[in-house]
Amino acid sequence: MNQHLISTTRGLVFLASTLPMAWLAWLAGNDALGANPVETVQRYTGLWTLNFLLLTLSVSPLRALTSQHWLLRLRRMLGLFTFTYACLHLLSFVGFDHDFSAQAIARDILKRPFISIGFAAFVLLVPLALTSNAWAIRRLGGKRWQELHRSIYLIAILACLHFLWLSKITEIVPPLAYAVLTGLLLWWRVQNRKQRAMPAARTTQVQAVKFFRKRPD
Amino acid sequence: MFHFTKPPASEITPEAQFSRRRLLIAAGMLALPSLSTAQNDQTLPYRRNPAWNPEDQPTPFDAVSSYNNFYEFGPDKDSPKANAQGLRISPWTVTVGGEVARPLVADIDEIIRWGIEERIYRLRCVEGWSAVIPWLGLPMSELIRRVQPTGKAKYVVFTSLADPAQMPRVRVPVLDWPYTEALRIDEAANPLTLLAVGMYGNRLPRQNGAPIRLVVPWKYGFKSAKSIVRIHFAEQAPRTTWNKAAPHEYGFYANVNPDVAHRRWSQESERRLGEFRKRPTLPFNGYAEQVAHLYAGMDLRRNY
Repeated sequence: MNQHLISTTRGLVFLASTLPMAWLAWLAGNDALGANPVETVQRYTGLWTLNFLLLTLSVSPLRALTSQHWLLRLRRMLGLFTFTYACLHLLSFVGFDHDFSAQAIARDILKRPFISIGFAAFVLLVPLALTSNAWAIRRLGGKRWQELHRSIYLIAILACLHFLWLSKITEIVPPLAYAVLTGLLLWWRVQNRKQRAMPAARTTQVQAVKFFRKRPD
Repeated sequence: MFHFTKPPASEITPEAQFSRRRLLIAAGMLALPSLSTAQNDQTLPYRRNPAWNPEDQPTPFDAVSSYNNFYEFGPDKDSPKANAQGLRISPWTVTVGGEVARPLVADIDEIIRWGIEERIYRLRCVEGWSAVIPWLGLPMSELIRRVQPTGKAKYVVFTSLADPAQMPRVRVPVLDWPYTEALRIDEAANPLTLLAVGMYGNRLPRQNGAPIRLVVPWKYGFKSAKSIVRIHFAEQAPRTTWNKAAPHEYGFYANVNPDVAHRRWSQESERRLGEFRKRPTLPFNGYAEQVAHLYAGMDLRRNY
């Protein structure tokens, strides 16, 4: 893909990523958020945080499967949209549920496991958002930066737990579906790492290959 | 024999007020134009009971009839309204039996003829939202008086319809169908307990539990079983649906109690449908004066 096409695609993805936000604003402006608008906003922003988290995690597998390496250039933007929707989600909790009262918020975070988990996931997202720029990568060095950003896997697991924990058994299907998708995306990474170890091994002697097949790491 | 408590004088509607009912119905229709939908246009003959008229403003009908938990029709708040409209609610009979001297099978229209009154109650859901609803119904105590429970009757068990042909989600075993709820007999006989057949001046919408449902305003909403087909007076406490599904989250009593948190969230406050800010939750949903004595000496933290 040429540079021009990539920038156009990035622009389109950026616009598409703001659509869920715009739709929510439209619903709010037209009094169409249903009988319990606060709950609607909280669920909606939570779901879209997860959607963007999964999209972000899909970039590497998609790139590997299609060899479309330019896809990587969408990842930072998708990650930052994850953070944006997470901020809106947190804001709806802090503002609507607790009237911005620090004491009430702190108590809820300490007392309710699903809120503790969700809050932990948000806190872990903050350093990733802050280091999502070229300056931070230079400053940290590629390796350290990458190590830091691996915490996205933990964040994804926490986000899925947060969703599962707050759901009743009668509405367990959506959080389970997200957990399964997250599981698949993480599983692909484990497999990918094993496979990447293999070719290196194949060039050496037969015995060494056997050794690597037994203990790929 | 179970002794029925006489209603206090404050509960008896004066004749003058009773005869004003036509005017009130007319006023109600004017105030709530959304009621005049085709399936719902049958008004009910009722008298307003001013003893149960809180200062709280009733929640808009549209909110109460579009935001429902009725898992036989689907998992989301808007699924009951979307999926319940095919439910056949006439003819409909309720079978009342068990430990009673005079068991009966009553048609819904017969129950309405026994005398329906309007009471405006607060409703508090275990999920943390609440509403104020003008119900039309028969006091449960009136049914108890008619069937005459024996001395063995300690509990009243309410069973909802579970017809997979009409209720698609009954095929999915997310809960142990049919939906079963129960009250201690003194709770059932409390003057507050209502068998509702209508709301906002009309018959119940299907998504709100037509044609007949329980309303126990001092307990979390899940105690108030919908679309009831069977009322059974029993000696032993039954296992109730949500209690079976998640015993640590949903107790048998399920009295509204801001001091006892749900496993996963606080019950200290609630959000009224149509309001933005939360408001504090009151013990027994504000009906402590009427029902607190039922639980004298009980540890309500253990009997949640």
